[in-house]
Amino acid sequence: MIPASFDYVRASTADEAVQRLSEAGEDAKLLAGGHSLLPLMRLRMATPSLLVDIGGMRDLSYVKDGGDSLAIGALTRHGELARNELARREAPLLAHVAGQVGDPQVRHRGTIGGSIAHGDPASDLPAACLALGASFVTASPRGEQTRSADEFFTGFLETALAPDEMLVEIRVPKSAGATWSFQKFNRRAQDWAIVGVALARNGSTRIGLVNMGATPLRATAAEDALAGGASPAEASSRAGDGLAPPSDLSASAEYRRHLARVLVRRALEEAVAG
Amino acid sequence: MKVSVAVNGAARTDEVEPRLLLVHYLRDVVGLTGTNIGCDTSSCGACTVHVDGESVKSCTMLAVQADGAEITTIEGLASGGELHPMQEAFRQHHGLQCGYCTPGMVMAATSLLAENPSPTEAEVREGLEGNLCRCTGYHNIVKAVLAAAGAGR
Repeated sequence: MIPASFDYVRASTADEAVQRLSEAGEDAKLLAGGHSLLPLMRLRMATPSLLVDIGGMRDLSYVKDGGDSLAIGALTRHGELARNELARREAPLLAHVAGQVGDPQVRHRGTIGGSIAHGDPASDLPAACLALGASFVTASPRGEQTRSADEFFTGFLETALAPDEMLVEIRVPKSAGATWSFQKFNRRAQDWAIVGVALARNGSTRIGLVNMGATPLRATAAEDALAGGASPAEASSRAGDGLAPPSDLSASAEYRRHLARVLVRRALEEAVAG
Repeated sequence: MKVSVAVNGAARTDEVEPRLLLVHYLRDVVGLTGTNIGCDTSSCGACTVHVDGESVKSCTMLAVQADGAEITTIEGLASGGELHPMQEAFRQHHGLQCGYCTPGMVMAATSLLAENPSPTEAEVREGLEGNLCRCTGYHNIVKAVLAAAGAGR
């Protein structure tokens, strides 16, 4: 399986990359680690006319202390984030989830920015960002913009990013995940989650769900129940409420709703115990 | 598009199509066919090579993305007629059955030990989760990696 032909340029700064995108129109795509985009291109499910390779921008690979939040460069690779001491201390849920993505080879190449910009409901990191109340900083010819994770994922593999916009930084509030849990249910070690749950608790509880709809999303019915004083058992029974999970080869929608209830309960129990 | 890389220590520059995958570059352009293509979907790890010292699935990387990188394939591990300690350990512990996954297993295992020189058995199994052995010969593969780690201590 070989991708369809495309033009290829390298960009060494975010300004240069968005300029290239802006000139090329909607058919151009950014290429970071390539671990979401290249498999799609090989299946010809994506056929961009131009790839702008931003993989060489190592200055966008960092984890920095930003005061109340942690600032993570969009080109930080999963393996780097999983091992980073500052991330493990200040955003342990995110660092843990980064270490659960795919397998070691995938984590050597895949980037957090790429995973979020791809907007796949089956990916782990977007759910963790929702649970942590993260925000995303982008660059475009119109300047810098910051959006919350809650307003970022707009449809299946669709995000609020304009065609000439590039995700440059992820900001995670340090206090968000005082206690946390990540539950990933899959059949084989390296698979995407059939259903996953990322839960962050500090006073209130936020729950991000993997593979429970067209986008990465939150278990708002369960969150509301908890806020109203429900027990973990009562709240987790609401985990699938109002959601339309997919039916596919791995699982039916009903089975996914069942998994969401079980995994949210486990996550709540783990976070409360922790 | 020009791509300049060092493959097993030898610098070279080639003109390639941007869509050429690294694994096809290594096999068809460089002529190193030790790197196998298995699943073709980033799952099985048979095509694992090192890019700047880290294990990577070469079916999920464009050759042009490797520009400026040092690539090591299975052919680059042995030196002076001596097997690499990991290759020797696979041989000693019979860490292979049909052998198809072996080049990728050995490359993933050497990358694992570079990051974690003294892994537990569980860490070895986790560290090899990106590599499938369809003969299900994992037991001896794990024994071989643990032996290689012990030899390197």
